[in-house]
Amino acid sequence: MSLKTFSRGGVHPPEYKLSAGKTIIELPPPEVAVIPLSQHLGAPAKVLVNRGDQVKVGQMIAQAAGFVSTNIHSSVSGKVLKVDQFMDSSGYRKMAVQIQVEGDQWLETIDRSDDLVRNSVLPAEDIRKKILEAGIVGLGGATFPSHVKLMVPQGKTAEYLIINGVECEPYLTADHSLMMERTEELFSGIQLLMKGLGVEKAIIGIEINKPDAIEKMKQLVQGSSVTVQGLKVKYPQGGEKQLVHALLKREVPSGGLPIDVGVVVFNVGTTLAAYEAVMKNRPLIDRVVTVTGKSLEKPSNFLVRIGTPVSSLIEKAGGVPDDTAKVINGGPMMGKALPTLDIPIVKGSSGILLINKNEARRREVKPCIRCTKCVTVCPMGLEPYLLMTLSEKALYDRMEPEKVMDCIECGSCSYTCPSSRPLLDYIRLGKAEVGKIMRARKAV
Amino acid sequence: MSQIIIYTIITLVAIGAAAAIILYFVAQKFKVYEDPRINEVEMALPAANCGGCGFPGCHNFAETLVKSDSWDDLFCPVGGNETMSKVAAILGREAIEQAPKVAVVRCNGTPEFRPRVTEYDGAPTCAIAHSLYSGEGGCPHGCLGLGDCVVVCDFDAIHMDPVTDLPVVVDDKCTACGACVEACPRDIIELRKKNKKDRKIFVSCINEEKGAVAKKNCSVACIGCAKCFKVCPYEAITMENNKAFIDSEKCKLCRKCVVVCPTNAILELNFPPRKTDKIETDES
Repeated sequence: MSLKTFSRGGVHPPEYKLSAGKTIIELPPPEVAVIPLSQHLGAPAKVLVNRGDQVKVGQMIAQAAGFVSTNIHSSVSGKVLKVDQFMDSSGYRKMAVQIQVEGDQWLETIDRSDDLVRNSVLPAEDIRKKILEAGIVGLGGATFPSHVKLMVPQGKTAEYLIINGVECEPYLTADHSLMMERTEELFSGIQLLMKGLGVEKAIIGIEINKPDAIEKMKQLVQGSSVTVQGLKVKYPQGGEKQLVHALLKREVPSGGLPIDVGVVVFNVGTTLAAYEAVMKNRPLIDRVVTVTGKSLEKPSNFLVRIGTPVSSLIEKAGGVPDDTAKVINGGPMMGKALPTLDIPIVKGSSGILLINKNEARRREVKPCIRCTKCVTVCPMGLEPYLLMTLSEKALYDRMEPEKVMDCIECGSCSYTCPSSRPLLDYIRLGKAEVGKIMRARKAV
Repeated sequence: MSQIIIYTIITLVAIGAAAAIILYFVAQKFKVYEDPRINEVEMALPAANCGGCGFPGCHNFAETLVKSDSWDDLFCPVGGNETMSKVAAILGREAIEQAPKVAVVRCNGTPEFRPRVTEYDGAPTCAIAHSLYSGEGGCPHGCLGLGDCVVVCDFDAIHMDPVTDLPVVVDDKCTACGACVEACPRDIIELRKKNKKDRKIFVSCINEEKGAVAKKNCSVACIGCAKCFKVCPYEAITMENNKAFIDSEKCKLCRKCVVVCPTNAILELNFPPRKTDKIETDES
């Protein structure tokens, strides 16, 4: 029997899961934490604290500004030094709260015990409310506010909950380690989300390069309505549209969301955060980050407080190797190089990857030879070579009918191009411009 | 033999004549009237088709000139007043005079003043670098030095200086079409009034960050101290978003602001050397 996977496009980059099987190490809070106000998709949160205020771990320091926005909580206890602009992973200075850490005092309402809570007596509405309050966003990288996903729009019904344990990015092992170490809590979280959504069926999708995780999850879900599905290793299977297609053979329509085909997708990290929010009253204040790289001394999985600078993580993993050329925030396929190491870990940071000089070497950009390799690998069925040319020539109005907005920015086209053309860079630029055109049209 | 040739000629001439008559009537029937003045006006325009007037090409601009009642927003920056008065003569109208303009690059972040802290090896266009991060020099408003403005210039009037890593405008060639202004993702280039002998005084910085932060990235950044604002006798300087701006329409080129600027962010170009009574700025 052939394994399930999505049918259109995809690539298979070398995996290099160097930190696989490493236990999650919890890092102490940093000396100074910088907590950005925009860690999610949507409007930046409105700050609630002032300079000089004392805050505790778990205290809300910024409130959601609108429906598609989230609350932000302090991940440390101490004194607010400044509410000012700080460099974040976007490469620009954005509003953030800087906190001088003093001790580690948590809010009394947070249950810090390790006791497993299995069944929730809360009604679905309260589950959604708690997730909204806890400021949970999609921890896979897109940082889409989770409470929005749980609100099924009128006229649509959710049939399946899909738990994304694919982790198709090379190098990253954060989700893998969570599935291995926090399996039971994860299972409880899945049941919780099923209740919150009102669905009967859930599927956990895991690529078969993590056989231990598949085995462990399978043992746990026996006798429940949750199934575990092993998937063929192919990038970008972790994209929610690809995952929905791989598991259910349903195609999310262009411009639509998985809910349009009756599915809601949550990452394993998000599921666990939801568990902690509902059962333990614990807002999203930390996350698991993979720190990895071929030249790095100790590739590891760390449980880090939001706001910890990247530099301290690398230090804990053995320090920056001499031959480091770039430090990437995220995985090698979708991540972005960081301009400095003073950048804080945010809700969406899934990994820190140090690549050496040899790996960072750029090949010369040559003319397009019309081999259509990019078209073959595009998981969304687009024509990347055409989109790049249109973007290069600033013909943005022609990019919209070519469905540039459907691009999920997986980078398969740039990865596969034999002429090393920077396809995704140009497509992303075009996407931003088309987005502007569309917004302007809406405003009229 | 000759008979065949004669018949052939007669037949062909007859077909030709018949077709000509039909075509004549058809042409009369489906004639599209175009104001002959449009063509005349187009001939007077520079035929650069650069889009500086805001229209796709010279023909569209000529059409609009002939058809529209008000000429308030219509101006050919390439041809300037000379061309506009020619067009006005053709159409028997009053020409609207506009002061000639020139593109000015408002960033002085050379590697000397703004040390490069990172290295960018991505796609070599400013637009992409801008979408990725604040740039090699760390200033989120500074010139990225990848030359998007150079690529779009139709008149070879702007090129990159390899030493300063900044674009340089050739004043004589610049037609103020505004293509570079549009291409710059950071809005560094501005069209300013052209002065006598190409003299220029302008704040060569558009940084909006607080003074201390701006200064950290670049030693010649405008820190928003407002000293120039206070010294200007003509109210040509405005302060907004932590930076000074000199209105080229109001500026009388007195050069008082240049001396008081503590970071040398205000540049004076093409002036004769000052007399020794004032402290010299770093003129080169």
